[in-house]
Amino acid sequence: MTKYIGKSIKRVEDKRFITGQGRYTDDIKINGMTHGYFVRSPYAHAKVKSVNIDAASKMPGVIKIFVGSDIPETIAGVPCGWQVDFKNGDTMKEPPHPLLVRNKVRHVGDGVAFVIAETRAQAKDAAENVDVDYEILDAVTCPKKATEAGAAQVHADAPGNLCFDWELGSPKDEVAAALASAAHVCELDFSNQRVVPNAIEPRSAIGHYDSAYDKYTLYTSTQNPHLIRLLMCAFVLGIPEHKVRVVGPDVGGGFGSKIFHYAEEALVTWSSKEINRPIKWTAERSESFLTDAHGRDHVSNAKMGFDADGKIVALQAYTYANLGAYLSTFAPAVPTYLHGTLMQGLYTTPKVNVDVKAAFTHTCAVDAYRGAGRPEATYLLERLLDLAALEMNVDPAELRFKNFIPPFDGVEQEGYQTQVALQYDSGNYAPVLERALEMVGYDKFREEQAAQSNGKLLGIGFSTYIEACGIAPSAVVGALGARAGLFEVAQVRVQPTGKVSVFTGSHSHGQGHETTFAQIVADKMGIPIDDVEIIHGDSDSVAFGMGTYGSRSLAVGGSAIVNSIDKVLEKGAKIAAHLLEASADDLEYAEGKWTVKGTDKSVAFGDVSLTAYVPHNYPEGMEPGLDFNAFYDPANFTYPFGAHVAIVEIDKETGEVKLKRFIAVDDVGNVINPMIVDGQIHGGLAQGIGQALHEGTVYDDTGQLINGSYMDYCMPRADDFPSFEIDRTVTPCPHNPLGVKGAGEAGTIGSTPAVVNAVIDALWKGGFKVKDVPMPMTPERVWTAMNN
Amino acid sequence: MGHMIKVNVNGKEHSGGVEARTLLVDYLREDLGLTGTHVGCDTSSCGSCTIHIDGKAVKSCTMLAVQADGCNVTTVEGLATNGNLHPMQEGFKEEHGLQCGFCTPGMMMTAIDFLKTNPKPSEDEIRHALEGNFCRCTGYHNIVKSIQYAANKMQTSV
Repeated sequence: MTKYIGKSIKRVEDKRFITGQGRYTDDIKINGMTHGYFVRSPYAHAKVKSVNIDAASKMPGVIKIFVGSDIPETIAGVPCGWQVDFKNGDTMKEPPHPLLVRNKVRHVGDGVAFVIAETRAQAKDAAENVDVDYEILDAVTCPKKATEAGAAQVHADAPGNLCFDWELGSPKDEVAAALASAAHVCELDFSNQRVVPNAIEPRSAIGHYDSAYDKYTLYTSTQNPHLIRLLMCAFVLGIPEHKVRVVGPDVGGGFGSKIFHYAEEALVTWSSKEINRPIKWTAERSESFLTDAHGRDHVSNAKMGFDADGKIVALQAYTYANLGAYLSTFAPAVPTYLHGTLMQGLYTTPKVNVDVKAAFTHTCAVDAYRGAGRPEATYLLERLLDLAALEMNVDPAELRFKNFIPPFDGVEQEGYQTQVALQYDSGNYAPVLERALEMVGYDKFREEQAAQSNGKLLGIGFSTYIEACGIAPSAVVGALGARAGLFEVAQVRVQPTGKVSVFTGSHSHGQGHETTFAQIVADKMGIPIDDVEIIHGDSDSVAFGMGTYGSRSLAVGGSAIVNSIDKVLEKGAKIAAHLLEASADDLEYAEGKWTVKGTDKSVAFGDVSLTAYVPHNYPEGMEPGLDFNAFYDPANFTYPFGAHVAIVEIDKETGEVKLKRFIAVDDVGNVINPMIVDGQIHGGLAQGIGQALHEGTVYDDTGQLINGSYMDYCMPRADDFPSFEIDRTVTPCPHNPLGVKGAGEAGTIGSTPAVVNAVIDALWKGGFKVKDVPMPMTPERVWTAMNN
Repeated sequence: MGHMIKVNVNGKEHSGGVEARTLLVDYLREDLGLTGTHVGCDTSSCGSCTIHIDGKAVKSCTMLAVQADGCNVTTVEGLATNGNLHPMQEGFKEEHGLQCGFCTPGMMMTAIDFLKTNPKPSEDEIRHALEGNFCRCTGYHNIVKSIQYAANKMQTSV
């Protein structure tokens, strides 16, 4: 019986946020706290000939200025958490990523000095007086150009700027043969442009060394406190892990950018002992643009072949992936195991090959951004499908129905083995598209489109996507190069009075874990939701955790909670049996009490918990207490899927694209809180649509980020969107106890190609048969496409 | 230090010295400890720092603390009265108008001022009114619904 699961329970965390009592890192004050400010390189590539801090050190309030040579040799650079090998078996190139550079800067924003003063303003004043002598060098920003002969070199030990090359799927000659015999081949050259995550809370970190306990505390705006602690202690600072507490307080959005371990976290932690005072650093927005890991940035060529009936016969994808100047925590995994492995899509394509070259450039690091690799894969596949439909003059929806993998539930029918390593867990793909077409009113739309005569071009675009979430089975990702396990941890502590504290390694940065997880606990334990508290984000209270990303919190973290609850109830049943003088096998648990089957003899949960802590009348040999944890390592990824449809109108005079409708039908497995899941979809859609129409970095040839502020980078606003029309189907995950698949990234993954496809459709229907308009599809670019 | 100012914030008088260059948002956050008002950018674009000066929505990163001398300031901490949520706060909770919560105070302050001039707005008018406030979590969908909720509630309570 469920009282809470499946209901749109209002969020318990909202009260503090709507009353201004949320506590984000920059809100925290510690006695004696100082403020840090970074001197950052204004050049993308330059030799640092000297750094003179004499004048700056004498400025008011300055306590200490660290430069690269002040960092002891015993401190390592920022590590990478994933290793991808070259095709020939050589290890990827992994150049050092120092906390502060000594000799050379490699992107605009690279840290050169760290100024600590009594106030933020004083630190900033002094930073302006640090005198750095640079010798400017040539730079390269495009991942494809970076691999060409004569390109500026980012790292001496990565020739040709190649970090690794990589390939997955069917042999290339077999794919080539299938394409050669195809009735139609659709080919597309395109870029999946670089975007900036732009969590509205800038990154912030406070280091606090407490000499009384010889212990460090790092408060940081992070998606995974324990991973930061592990990486920082074991790989950077060499501090014993038990001497460091990492706290992620309320976190104001992340979208991937706050997964990673950043140099600033290690620097404030280390420096706080050096000066024996706490240090706070909070990024300014322009600093976030230059230093938060960016997303996407692929340059690709792809070919999809079809037989005469419209069945896909083969796919060949080539991608140059930009990694930026240094390897961020999960960077190598994104264009490979989170991208190449998704190239099967929802389709029965018998031959698939993906070839990736990952390059260093003189730009900010690129790593996982909402969707991480899967949006890039979906974009490639879905662009090709809609374009092929236009080229072959067939209906894009029909083309998809013809190619969908038939339904399988992963229980009666086996999971679907793709050509690119993954085995999908369960899927039923046609219904999401059928429902989307119904919501669109597809036939009527096509009639309207044909009749359009107001100087506007009407277009419709489709995207039917799949993603791999619930990241991830440790042994599988370990074999693929992950240097960490990707399980999750939960602890369910029943207090003597029957109130329940749940500690989870998942860490909310807006997802509402305190509500969703409490719904699960309250239902599984049959207690009121107010009796449950969810605790997350503090490495001293939560045993361990791998954090929140890859739509994993519910599928992996939620499953760990369920397994802990099972252990609590199993022990509780033995205590209840003792109290009821019955066998535990004869008891059933419902609505917060154990009852002897077929009788009215029962004992309440609170009586059992009290007995566990006041064990006077107690089973012989049993330990007191009622407190269990579980480490849950998933058996497989989860595979949410869906159908997204965009309807756009183009103004022929100006090239302006108006998004008129957006329909999304997603299948994220079972749903615990529909309100929260809908919210996740909405937010994801806005980010995906933002990439299609508004967002994108502009680096000039010297490596300057031309649009590194909100005055220049087009953040999507409320009036850029219509109200979204969303629905869902439910295909449970067969391999986790909740049957959930994850909803955090679906909106972003599916939506981008739907919008671009709608623009291309509108252009073709208006007589402009262009294959591509580069994202973001600004009025100028669309107008040019019509007037070229 | 610097300039003496006297400001009424959420019904309480504050007076003290500030540097001429101190932004109002820094005065509120650092000097008064009112950290509900947030800083999301350095270009007056994101609206996270929106407060009310004499009842009008203002981005507090765009104003110096000395300019607020003699003004009545309301921040998110001053919205609820006697423990009762403002209808806008209630709307954001009921309609799931927030996820990470960082933009929320500024969104609510902007929306409250907007409803004063347009108590029965259309969806398009609400979206237009939010042009100066960024949200990265919600896609604005439920923020629009939250403001509609508040508008309805404020209408019926008149």
